[in-house]
Amino acid sequence: MEPAAREQERLRWRSRRGLLEMDLILQRFLDRHLATLSVQDTQAYDVLLDLPDNDFLDLVMGRAEPADDRLGPVLEKIRQS
Amino acid sequence: MTLSRQIFDTVIVGGGGSGLRAALQLAEAGHNVAVFSKVFPTRSHTVAAQGGIGASLGNMQEDHWLWHMYDTIKGSDYLGDQDAIEYMCRKAAEVVYELEHFGMPFDRNPDGTIYQRPFGGHSQNFGERPVQRACAAADRTGHAMLHTLYQRNVRARCQFFVEWMALDLIRDYEGAVVGIVALEMETGDVMVFQSKATILATGGAGRIYQSSTNAFINTGDGLGMAARAGIPLEDMEFWQFHPTGVAGAGVLITEGVRGEGGILLNANGERFMERYAPNMKDLASRDVVSRAMDQEIKEGRGAGPEHDHVLLKLDHLGAEVINKRLPGIREIALKFAHVDPVREPIPVVPTCHYQMGGIPTNYYGQVVVPRGANPSEPVPGLYAIGECACVSVHGANRLGTNSLLDLLVFGKSAGDHVSEWLKTHPRHRDLPRNAAERSLERLARLDNSTSGERVTEVAADMRRTVQQHAGVFRTGTLLTEGVEKIREVGQRARSTAIGDKSRVFNTARIEALELENLAIVAEATLVSAQAREESRGAHAREDFKERDDKNWLKHSLWYLDGSRLDYKPVNLQPLTVESFEPKIRVY
Ligand SMILES: Cc1cc2nc3c(=O)[nH]c(=O)nc-3n(C[C@H](O)[C@H](O)[C@H](O)COP(=O)(O)OP(=O)(O)OC[C@H]3O[C@@H](n4cnc5c(N)ncnc54)[C@H](O)[C@@H]3O)c2cc1C
Repeated sequence: MEPAAREQERLRWRSRRGLLEMDLILQRFLDRHLATLSVQDTQAYDVLLDLPDNDFLDLVMGRAEPADDRLGPVLEKIRQS
Repeated sequence: MTLSRQIFDTVIVGGGGSGLRAALQLAEAGHNVAVFSKVFPTRSHTVAAQGGIGASLGNMQEDHWLWHMYDTIKGSDYLGDQDAIEYMCRKAAEVVYELEHFGMPFDRNPDGTIYQRPFGGHSQNFGERPVQRACAAADRTGHAMLHTLYQRNVRARCQFFVEWMALDLIRDYEGAVVGIVALEMETGDVMVFQSKATILATGGAGRIYQSSTNAFINTGDGLGMAARAGIPLEDMEFWQFHPTGVAGAGVLITEGVRGEGGILLNANGERFMERYAPNMKDLASRDVVSRAMDQEIKEGRGAGPEHDHVLLKLDHLGAEVINKRLPGIREIALKFAHVDPVREPIPVVPTCHYQMGGIPTNYYGQVVVPRGANPSEPVPGLYAIGECACVSVHGANRLGTNSLLDLLVFGKSAGDHVSEWLKTHPRHRDLPRNAAERSLERLARLDNSTSGERVTEVAADMRRTVQQHAGVFRTGTLLTEGVEKIREVGQRARSTAIGDKSRVFNTARIEALELENLAIVAEATLVSAQAREESRGAHAREDFKERDDKNWLKHSLWYLDGSRLDYKPVNLQPLTVESFEPKIRVY
């Protein structure tokens, strides 16, 4: 597989989380969007994946908003998934 | 083929609460330690724990470790080993205060002491009245614990191998464990890690069930590694269930929903709990409600096109009550069940939550196996701690908050024991010549596979089989059928095929390897459950409704080789106090 595909697989593995809620949401998001994510959204997703699970879940459930505007578009896609 | 090799004093597989606690004990004692984790350590499943850590600090009311010990033994339905339980309950305060000194942000009382919450099953004076024993950090206890321990390990220069998957244990000709074989996900490289001591801390295998509260990483890898190395798995028939997980997702709906007036209905719209528990109805204890739900489903009165769940109705409470008193529930129902509970009921099923059984150990964390007349002979160089181990403090049923405590107490005691072991065993033992053979064969099978079933299909069949045949409501017929089916699934799990053959972050390959481990745990569960002809704790048989201390006050041991069962006695002898004799369990 070409490098882009490997990068996607890396993101897929990093989407394995400690909280079941996050596993379920991110799996839906990946199935729907991973193949077609833009470069910017891919980078933003990588930043989100570095968050602690509970903080990430708060963002996804809309209990908090991201500090960085660039995370907005991909977060919206995750929220819709 | 020779693989490259690295050498450490101690290798720890698992960076959750138990693995990090053990690592810290060793790293601060100056040993060189390597911790392996499939995911970044602070994303281990321990992060999900909210309730708290049980310890008889007595900050709220008078409390005593002996009362905690009694509650734990009674909770275990007398299957817990009383030496290990005494050890844990006596050490509880010490490990909690240590964690406080490490910087854990515990909730506090106005006087500065640690605040303690109430939790089911914990009592004062041998069951007289409830006591507040759970130490928590808001609703992020597990999260705070992982972060606290991780930071401290980094400071102690513990070495982390993140996004590495351990594949197998290496045992030499005398049976000693001399290291592990592991796979680096980023490169696909396989390497041998030689050690003087190896600690398994891989967490539970709750993903063998279709409905599970566990995260996807909980695939029982340590149990698979131990079983393949000839080590038996103990008490695998005992799994704790929560009655209300969202059907198809597993996410928990808190008991509070029924407390506020939510009721359970079957496919006919009948409030079936009135038949099973005329007084308490929907508020009966967890196991009673779970069993009733499962029986309704098994007898064909489940709701939905597959008749595979029941309905939790709360629309009669009205939008205002739901929004005000059950915040978050509407959110969860919308997100994971795609229903709005203000208008429609939530589909729910009894959901697997915690694995009581595991790799047999003593309270030093040493893995112990029967040998000759000794039922518990240590395997040189091998330890197991946390949910993957069976020490056994939880017996047939775990008390809430005792798992986090177990991680801390036995993580620390294993670390201390390894330190001693390293003094008397200063040299590495030689690696056997074929050290990595088994792992390489498993990988080669997947790399060369041209035809075979997909991993996801076999995994789905495994989960369905375990859910249907080893759920809450168990009968001899169901279990016997289940054993046959799960053996078939096991064979299929060893002959899957993957399309992606690349080395870099090959998640298909990882999932195929995880499935092999899950299938081993699933078989251990069904075979052990089928054989145990009594009801005890979480193992409830319709055809053997009573606990049978005469024949079954013993631990099951399942061996992968021949799928054979053996048994060993329960240790009813505590360390310093008198034995708690088995009594009928009433709450
Ligand atoms: C929703 C929920 C709430 C809970 N709440 C509480 C509570 O309030 N109080 C309480 O006492 N208990 C609670 N529990 C139970 C408790 O959280 C767990 O039993 C405990 O956290 C398990 O910790 P552990 O260290 O054994 O394993 P985990 O935290 O699961 O860590 C396992 C580690 O092993 C690693 N690993 C696994 N396989 C491999 C491999 N092949 N190679 C390399 N690394 C590997 C993983 O990456 C991970 O780092 C709760 C459980 C759930 C599901």
